[in-house]
Amino acid sequence: MTPNTLTAHAILDLIKQKKLSAKDVFASVSAQIQKTEKDVHAYATIFDAPQIQENAAVPIPIAIKDNICIKGELTTCSSQILSGFKPPYDATVIQKLKASGAVFTGHANMDEFAFGSSTETSYYGPTRNPWNLACVPGGSSGGSAAAVAANEAIWALGSDTGGSIRQPAALCGVVGLKPTYGRVSRYGLIAFASSLDQIGPITKDITDAALLLNIIAGHDEHDSTSVDLPVPDYTKALRNDVKGLKIGIPKEYFIEGIDPQVKKSVFDAIAILKKCGATFEEISLPHTEYAVSTYYIVATAEASSNLARFDGIQYGLRRKPDHIRKTPLIDLYEETRDIGFGTEAKRRIMLGTYALSSGYYDAYYLKGLKVRTLIKKDFDEAFKKVDAIITPTSPTTAFKIGEKTNDPLSMYLSDIYTISANLSGIPAISIPCGLSKDNLPIGLQIMAKPFDEEMLFRIGFTFEQNK
Amino acid sequence: MNQQTQQFETVIGLEVHLQLDTKTKIFCGCANAFGHEPNTLTCPVCLGLPGSLPVFNKQVLEYGIKIGLALNCTVSSFIKFDRKNYYYPDLPKAYQISQYDMPVARNGFIMAPSQNGESKKIRIHRAHLEEDAGKLIHDDAANCSLVDYNRTGTPLMEIVSEPDMHSPQDAYEYLQMLKLTLQYLNVSDCDMEKGSLRCDANISIRPVGQTNLGTKTEIKNMNSFKAVKEALSYEIGRQESVVRSGGVIVQETRLWDENKQMTFSMRSKEEAHDYRYFPEPDLVPFTVSEQKIEEIKTALPELPLQKQARIKERYRLNDYDSFILVQDPLVAGFFEECVTLYPDAKKICNWITGPVLQELNAKKVPITELKLSPKNLTTLIQKVEEGVVSNLVGKDILKNILETGQDAGDIIQSQGLAQVSDDGALLKIVDELIKENEKVVGQIKAGEEKAIGFLVGQGMKKMQGKANPKKITELLKRRILDV
Repeated sequence: MTPNTLTAHAILDLIKQKKLSAKDVFASVSAQIQKTEKDVHAYATIFDAPQIQENAAVPIPIAIKDNICIKGELTTCSSQILSGFKPPYDATVIQKLKASGAVFTGHANMDEFAFGSSTETSYYGPTRNPWNLACVPGGSSGGSAAAVAANEAIWALGSDTGGSIRQPAALCGVVGLKPTYGRVSRYGLIAFASSLDQIGPITKDITDAALLLNIIAGHDEHDSTSVDLPVPDYTKALRNDVKGLKIGIPKEYFIEGIDPQVKKSVFDAIAILKKCGATFEEISLPHTEYAVSTYYIVATAEASSNLARFDGIQYGLRRKPDHIRKTPLIDLYEETRDIGFGTEAKRRIMLGTYALSSGYYDAYYLKGLKVRTLIKKDFDEAFKKVDAIITPTSPTTAFKIGEKTNDPLSMYLSDIYTISANLSGIPAISIPCGLSKDNLPIGLQIMAKPFDEEMLFRIGFTFEQNK
Repeated sequence: MNQQTQQFETVIGLEVHLQLDTKTKIFCGCANAFGHEPNTLTCPVCLGLPGSLPVFNKQVLEYGIKIGLALNCTVSSFIKFDRKNYYYPDLPKAYQISQYDMPVARNGFIMAPSQNGESKKIRIHRAHLEEDAGKLIHDDAANCSLVDYNRTGTPLMEIVSEPDMHSPQDAYEYLQMLKLTLQYLNVSDCDMEKGSLRCDANISIRPVGQTNLGTKTEIKNMNSFKAVKEALSYEIGRQESVVRSGGVIVQETRLWDENKQMTFSMRSKEEAHDYRYFPEPDLVPFTVSEQKIEEIKTALPELPLQKQARIKERYRLNDYDSFILVQDPLVAGFFEECVTLYPDAKKICNWITGPVLQELNAKKVPITELKLSPKNLTTLIQKVEEGVVSNLVGKDILKNILETGQDAGDIIQSQGLAQVSDDGALLKIVDELIKENEKVVGQIKAGEEKAIGFLVGQGMKKMQGKANPKKITELLKRRILDV
């Protein structure tokens, strides 16, 4: 039996019927890891045999992105600078998962500090796309998406700052949800860009995403940015019915650079939803072209401050040069950070430091915040007319490992369709909608109003049932 | 003008960092306390561990608003925090959460009474909330540095004055009044030795008559008000001699060296940090209701100058007495409690500002920790005023009370200290006095009533101080003058 290939809701049904035990499920996931992990390399750290509670509500094996703190387990953001760091506390989402009996398989590989769209910047080396080992899985939650796609986990948690859940989900053919900013607690998520980061589920289908969001969502008194709104039962939103829904297609999203196969696949999906009774209209999100540059100012500015604490003093890597260069303290800072951070991390820290520097703040960071407000207003306007917006998740399917590592700008454009949801805080989901002729997955992105994850589940579920 | 004879004016502005004694720290639930084992009052948040997030302690906001209102500031209802980025081992996140462009309070003032009895208005530029850093301990012997993170996350209020002070004495008087006001608010113990109140100074000089400010230096590491005075005096001398010898003042941070009684350059303007302030994304800005601010305003305690004015008026005391009483809110409270028990406010004031304050200064404890209650003190005063004991014996009884806490009445009784007022016993003495001092008696009969004093003194000697001098006087007059 290969329960590791099943969805969590199928597994839970079988367990309920006593046809399967939680132990069997974990054993099959474990066996799969033994079999494929050397090729896929989805994990940064694989945990020792975890405790399995047979009678737990949800004893589902889950991979956790390497930037979410688990008490006593190596948590490194796939960076050398956090070598040996074992947090003395659990992230809020981990506490919630532990309470429901989830089984942690390991910390999933990621781009160093979530800086990237290919999982190639990990200190542990790249993760490979289970659909084609020569390709990237996307990123930065590439390990999480690959683990689920390779059946090395039933579920995974990722984090999404500019598309880091949705883009790898699209490239690996799984479901990835970025909840509304404030829906899931960030306490224990090692910050990249605090005003954009959000933890979310990566699963095999929509139903599982709803089940997992049910567990992790909710207000947390330890996170002031989490919002105190009641959490609905998201499985109730899983209805095969889109009749009367109005869905927008932003004209700015289907421009040059998009792979024609991706475009076709998305329009095929639109046709299916039309058949199911949804109506579509072209809308405009006029500030779309500024999203990527705005994002790289706001996100790197926050990152430069968030990553300053990795200084070799309290935890993680500490290095000193052999001889004193400036002062013992400055030498320690410089050497530790020089060795501890990879190229992309250094590039972003420098970008962000520059954007916040005295004399440049108004021209960059402040301007960035203003444009961000305009982008948010675009969506406010759009959602006055439509219930949801559909776009591709990524302009291309999975690219080859190494293809874009020397061209950061083209790498940054991988997130062109996903970044706006982070800048405006709205929820967005990526759903598999087809395969390219090279047999690589294509993802469809659905976006909705803040805290209307139910709309994403409803449309996604209808599509899944009718495709 | 000849530089040697040029007269200079000094301009001083002060920055005071005040630790607020809330129960818990500003952004986490750790106890906010002093003097514990290093690194025992910490959690992932105040240690700045990866993934941890701050949550603002609302008690800190209340204290902040309270201070702002007491300093006559405009209080902002919009509360927003910013990150101040810099590297130092005592700052575990490598940024301090502070308030940059929107401080909780701004544009205030305090009236600082000076030696000559006049008050000087010192304006407050701004006051904002922020978190304290940890404490770095350098162990030269072991050639290493240690960090104690217990202090990390202690709530601070930074109070920045306008450059309205013109001498070290001005600065001293401002600090005294500021500290007193803060003590009245009950928001901090204001103990400079423990670091609960810290002061940095910006100081510059300019030729008398010039309106533009001269180049300033910032003086740090002053650990007492006395040190502030000394450091500023030194710095005025240093700056004047630099200018007089044709040099220019360099904008820099200088450290006061208490032992050498000198300031030393720490870093120049060029080496100054670019703090890269930006809004703290982990804390959502929020608005305090006008109603809440109004509530805090209504609940403000009576402040030193208000209290002085009221006490002066109500108990008919002079400026000096009322000023001394309000220097410690507990002493003023003690005084007012005494007045409810015994009507002579001036007498009570004299006892408190005299022997009681002497005891407080010697023991350095608050008045509430003395073994003296208002009831016991007023009982004692009453006994003295009724002539049961003399003033001198009263002072001894007070000393006894301060040591033992015994009731004044009990002490008088058990030690037999009561003055003899019994006519029979005293008449015997009076007759003796008259017999032994015929000459003096003659003088008295001749109209020199003052001479009675001599006889009273003799009588007190005979009674070993335990006689009531008033009674003796009365009896002497009756016997000698037949009145």
